[in-house]
Amino acid sequence: MTLAMSEPEPPQKSWWRSNQQRATPWLFLAPGMFMFGLYVIYPIIASFRLSFFKYDGLGTKVWLGLANYQELFSDPAFKTSLYNNVLWLILYLLAVPLGLGIAIFLNQTVRGIRIYKSLFFFPFVISQVVVGLIFSWFYAPNFGLLYSVIEFFTGKGVAILADPVLATYGIIAAGLWPQIAYCMILYLTGLNNVAPDQIEAARLDGAKGLKMLWYVILPQLRPATFIAVVVTVIGALRSFDLVSIMTKGGPFGSTRVLSYYMYEQALSEYGYRMGYGAAIAVVLFAIMMVFISGFIWKMVRDERGNR
Amino acid sequence: MLHLKKGASLALALGLIAGAAHAEVRTIKYYSDYDPIPLAAMQALIADFEAQHPDIKVELQNFDHEGYKTAIRNFLTTDSPDLANWYAGNRMAPFVKSGQFMDVSDVWKDNNLDQSLASAMPSMTIDGKQWGVPYTYYQWGIYYNKSAYAEAGAKVPTNWDEFIANCELFKAKGIDCLTTGTSALWPAAGIFDYLDLRTNGYDYHMKLTSGEIPWTDDGVRKVFAEWAKLVPYTTANAAALDWQDAAALFVQGKAANYVMGNFAVGVFKQGGMTNDTLGFMPFPTINPDVVRAEEAPTDTVHIPAGAKDPADAKVFLAYIASAEAQTKWNAAVGQLPINSAATVDEADPFLKAGFDLLSSTKGGIAQFFDRDAPAEMAKIGMEGFQEFMIYPDHLDAILTRLEAARQRIYKQ
Repeated sequence: MTLAMSEPEPPQKSWWRSNQQRATPWLFLAPGMFMFGLYVIYPIIASFRLSFFKYDGLGTKVWLGLANYQELFSDPAFKTSLYNNVLWLILYLLAVPLGLGIAIFLNQTVRGIRIYKSLFFFPFVISQVVVGLIFSWFYAPNFGLLYSVIEFFTGKGVAILADPVLATYGIIAAGLWPQIAYCMILYLTGLNNVAPDQIEAARLDGAKGLKMLWYVILPQLRPATFIAVVVTVIGALRSFDLVSIMTKGGPFGSTRVLSYYMYEQALSEYGYRMGYGAAIAVVLFAIMMVFISGFIWKMVRDERGNR
Repeated sequence: MLHLKKGASLALALGLIAGAAHAEVRTIKYYSDYDPIPLAAMQALIADFEAQHPDIKVELQNFDHEGYKTAIRNFLTTDSPDLANWYAGNRMAPFVKSGQFMDVSDVWKDNNLDQSLASAMPSMTIDGKQWGVPYTYYQWGIYYNKSAYAEAGAKVPTNWDEFIANCELFKAKGIDCLTTGTSALWPAAGIFDYLDLRTNGYDYHMKLTSGEIPWTDDGVRKVFAEWAKLVPYTTANAAALDWQDAAALFVQGKAANYVMGNFAVGVFKQGGMTNDTLGFMPFPTINPDVVRAEEAPTDTVHIPAGAKDPADAKVFLAYIASAEAQTKWNAAVGQLPINSAATVDEADPFLKAGFDLLSSTKGGIAQFFDRDAPAEMAKIGMEGFQEFMIYPDHLDAILTRLEAARQRIYKQ
């Protein structure tokens, strides 16, 4: 202490030297934060702002206040889109148990199992556009496989994508194909990490079959389940490519989802109601935020718990 | 070819610097959305133009056809070319009203285009001024499969009642009387347009598409009453078909008639049809008191308001309007010139039929539903047509919905 006192005052430390410890992480974060701000935060704010205007991309913006939102709630096309989004959300979640089932089925050591696993994983690797095209041909009237099979057994084919009631289910089925593969791969990696000694112990205690699955395996798969649910929920809400490829929202708008309706209103050939499209985007954002905040809240809680 | 051209212009530029006595070569920029064949035809025209006007060079930049519809909104407001492709009728109205297109009435006056391009003049006129120059159109009508007619023992109809009566004959043979694929919506609008033009006439149709007649009007109901006669004989599941899918049915003889534009002939012929098996007829008369009007979507060139060299761009417009240029371009592409002094290939029966049909039209030429009606109304309307073809009994709900849309859209 005294020694320090006697030492001459060091020439003023530069700001950098004295704050190095605190500043460094921010410096490293800065490029990422800049990008995030420019490409995520700013567009969100801009969309909110735009949703209060009438704007066709050419003329001047006209302030409308909440009129876009008022129109949304009396717009039958918006209701259809919202209803279809809920349908997507519910049915898409089937991918989680189905993926688990296939993963358990494939989690065995037989000759060539790697090939089977790759084949099951295949639909996730190919592009959504290709999936959409394959299923459109599968459903296609007159020459599609499904159409021909139904025609063979009942005498009259059913064109799934031409039927306003069935079309959405047809698209969701196409979406499930790759999504099940995704959940399956998440569960397969999860199953690799299941502790063998616990299974051994459970066996000794006489657990088997469903009880073993429910009380021993599934709890150990919780991280995989969490991720599977998250990606499936988000995937269902942002479904766009399949709708665009398979039906373009038709027949007469009955397979629209919010993201597609937003695109139609704001950017498609017959659209250019930027403000109205932005209002749809805001609603979709609000719905997504419910889920995303739930997920983040759970993740933060888990991390705190582990400390 | 491109390199050669670049090399040539480079040499020219060098020559200019060296000589410094040559006249200045001015460059005008032209943005377009051509498919490969029309693009080649336009490049040939530009070469001719540059030969005639050595002091003007046209720099053509081609866009993807679909992407262009978005791109034009961006480049008109930011960095305008001197010339840009677009469409006639209500499709150009947003650009005219927001002041993005230049008034080119003087080009029309100086070159007597009101005479030579008379048939397309109404669709190029807004507020009594012309806003661009049309260079091509193509007819719509009914293409029919002669083999299917022979198989069913049907005669080519001369009026609507005969057309519907034929449908029974086709049905007995398991052939669809009319085919279409409405997955992209617009083919249904072709049927509606013609039913309306034949039932109520051109003026009524134009008033309807410009929002002056309510969709719940009796005239509209009459149109749908005629359509209802046709729905049971139309290809099932059309909503899941693209127009090319339906063309396959038509080529195979599983369908007898197809309401289409002349661009489809190429697809029919690729599928194996020839001038002996493919026929064309004008849409049959429904109400004999209505003056015959036809549908012929027109493609156009405009000068954006932000053009840097409008004087030279107008020289090019005048050239595009000429009989010589229109004959050459349309011969290469297989469409119809608008200039009345231009000629078409007499050996092509479909071009010939189209030319005769359109040049003798007294009632007027419609552009097509999605060009005559504003974009938003067109979309909602075509969805309504598609729904009607699946559920004809939803008619009241559909018309009520369209009427609500009309009151909202045209008010703005």
